[in-house]
Amino acid sequence: MRYHQAVVVGGGLAGLRAAVALNQRNIKVAVISKVHPIRSHSNSAQGGINAPLGNHPRGCVDSPERHAFDTIKGSDYLADQDAVMRLTKDAAKRIIELEHWGCPFSRTIDGKIAQRPFGGAGFPRTCYAADRTGKYILHTLWEQIIKYIHSSERENMTVYDEWFVTSIVVKDGVCHGVIAMDLDTGELEEFKADAVIFATGGSGRVYKNTTNSLISTGLGVAIPFREGIPLKDMEFIQFHPTTLYGNNILMTEGCRGEGGYLLNNKGERFLANYDDSRKAMEVAPRDIIARNMMREILAGRGFEDAYLHLDLRHLGAEKINTRLPGIRELAINFVNVDPIDEPIPVQPGMHYTMGGIDTNINCETIVKGFYAAGECACVSVHGANRLGGNSLLETVVFGTIAGESAADYILEESPSSSEAALKEKLGQQKIVLMNYLDHNGEENHAKIKEELGTVMKDKVGIFRKKEKMEEALEEVRKLKERYKDIKIIDKGKRMNFDLIWAMELGGNLEVAEVITMGALKREESRGSHYRLDFPERDDKNWLKHTVAFSTPEGVKLEYKDVTLGFYEPRERKY
Amino acid sequence: MEKVIFKVFRFNPERDKKPRFDKYEVPIRNGMTVLDALYYIQGYLDGSLAFRSSCREGVCGSCGMHINGKYRLACETQINRLKSKKITIKPLGHLPVIKDLVVDMTDFWEKYSYIKPYLIAGAPPEENERIQTQDDRNKLDGLIDCILCACCYAACTITDTEKNYLGPAALLKVDRFVEDSRDNNKKERLLTVSGDSGIFRCHTLFNCQEVCPKNLDPTGAIARLKRMAISNTLCFWEK
Repeated sequence: MRYHQAVVVGGGLAGLRAAVALNQRNIKVAVISKVHPIRSHSNSAQGGINAPLGNHPRGCVDSPERHAFDTIKGSDYLADQDAVMRLTKDAAKRIIELEHWGCPFSRTIDGKIAQRPFGGAGFPRTCYAADRTGKYILHTLWEQIIKYIHSSERENMTVYDEWFVTSIVVKDGVCHGVIAMDLDTGELEEFKADAVIFATGGSGRVYKNTTNSLISTGLGVAIPFREGIPLKDMEFIQFHPTTLYGNNILMTEGCRGEGGYLLNNKGERFLANYDDSRKAMEVAPRDIIARNMMREILAGRGFEDAYLHLDLRHLGAEKINTRLPGIRELAINFVNVDPIDEPIPVQPGMHYTMGGIDTNINCETIVKGFYAAGECACVSVHGANRLGGNSLLETVVFGTIAGESAADYILEESPSSSEAALKEKLGQQKIVLMNYLDHNGEENHAKIKEELGTVMKDKVGIFRKKEKMEEALEEVRKLKERYKDIKIIDKGKRMNFDLIWAMELGGNLEVAEVITMGALKREESRGSHYRLDFPERDDKNWLKHTVAFSTPEGVKLEYKDVTLGFYEPRERKY
Repeated sequence: MEKVIFKVFRFNPERDKKPRFDKYEVPIRNGMTVLDALYYIQGYLDGSLAFRSSCREGVCGSCGMHINGKYRLACETQINRLKSKKITIKPLGHLPVIKDLVVDMTDFWEKYSYIKPYLIAGAPPEENERIQTQDDRNKLDGLIDCILCACCYAACTITDTEKNYLGPAALLKVDRFVEDSRDNNKKERLLTVSGDSGIFRCHTLFNCQEVCPKNLDPTGAIARLKRMAISNTLCFWEK
């Protein structure tokens, strides 16, 4: 049995930042990640990270309050306002700290961190490092982890890469650690811990048309869900307006922040034809632009009835090469289009999971000693629609808070984990694993995953309505039945990806059911959740969070109030 | 539908005495990548195939492998562009095989860690960022873009013959900090890599530069480090 005072599951930005926070308090911490941390999905964040630094000439009067207001309005008033205030209050501090650690931010003429305009923001407040901001921050944080490993006693910081967590251990409302599999050997082991932080990322791969990495499956929210920890607001799925046609690779919002146009097949900037995007045009928030793009495509003004054009040509080669080099590289490599010469074919695609593990403002959950931060968590600061540049911010702000909360708990309450509970869980998990390896059914899990992605894309997508979602729910449940009859071909232990992808799919299916049930029940339109049959926001009945519980009788939905107090809900126009 | 034959390196030390190549016929659509094909094989033809992947867009560095004669990222290699009806795939070289296309990266990561890959600088201003001019920041372009995929490490002839050679990726990282106006550990960094396993082992063969999927120039960075190290030593001698 391994023991660390704290275990962080996930090696992306939120996880690594939490590990640093714990180590700064002298807590012995282990990071467990199913991939090497440098391979995490945080890499794919492009455009930037928000903070009211006021480094841009047009942003000099920006403030945490204005940032909070934009975030709350962007959330269609579903965000908890105290959490948003915390997010924007800590923003500058966290970003300055990243700079001090060596993050290579782009610079203004006077050498400060450069900022660009982003959707739904009153001022240019998105700090950027070209169009690879997530990658540079991830590498910077990983460098800090190595520094901590070098500088402190080795045992203070341990990284288990390519270890796959299969379960958390909860007994009597307290978390005692996790069970994880070493992918090298295929063996399960107990990790005893006084506190566990989940920072496992989003659930993008529930949808076929997603920008997310292949590893963002949602298993990380399914694992605590199975142990009775509720999920919040899972029906709120962000569709990013500009993803590459064909493979849904992200084309950053920075393309539009820097002045790029969205054009229909007549060459018109069609956003001017819609009330809710007429003023802000290409820098309206993502939910609004994604819907208006779909309306254009459905009205036959798209290309091949499937995509529109993102035109950067007028920005010129120099601006494209210095501000958007990654976008140019991706477009050339993946769709054979050089944005200097041609418009990029784009369509909206699933991008972000606003919902997640239900936590309070301190990243605590209903289970003592169990915390969540980053995309897998729902604090909630994004509500019904996240603003671009706020997700990276959430990872570092709430990653830090999760680490500090866990450190407080460990130091003040000196919890002691139960080895008996860990041993019992290990026994159960060994049986689960053996059952998987014994699966010799008729079904192919890769095919089930493909079908699930298609159902969610087609029936629980940008435009939703009752009948389609009822069909989706039925289909998801059928897929869950078929999943019981899958075949695992690889019976070996070492690097058994047949087994790993099958286990991931279990998480996919559970998350898909929660998303669909929440969306079906919520009879209003708010932020990313748009019901054709209920096109208006309904504050009287639906200004509340969905909270989903896993029970022996199936998923149960409850609701709880949104924390207001700073800004009264108003109509949302840009 | 057009079909392409994939010849894939297979080796599971748990079970196999020696490596072999397995052949798979994969239906191809326009824009399909080598990684898509590997997933097709794993999902529909042979679930036991092992390979790493994550972002599928060339930023995470997971899927470096040897594809038709060259180290590349499987995810950003379009099958059509290889202009071949037969595609041969092998794991990264100079690193022990764990299973099939998955290699043990321990040596690579230890060398990366050895060069102290983090900013070493004096106390920063308390409330604000350090100031860095745009020109100084521009010096980092091309040095900060390494994704640690180890294609260069596998292609380098020196890593083959000298087990302790730090290799192109780690040395590029040294240059990244030496060139950073905010770092003030330049001399120590140069000393660290001036020994037997460092920059002077490089024979300037350009293999790393040729294969780098991000079009970076580790060879150039190593040459720059050599010049700086030599002039540092001469300065010392003059005194």
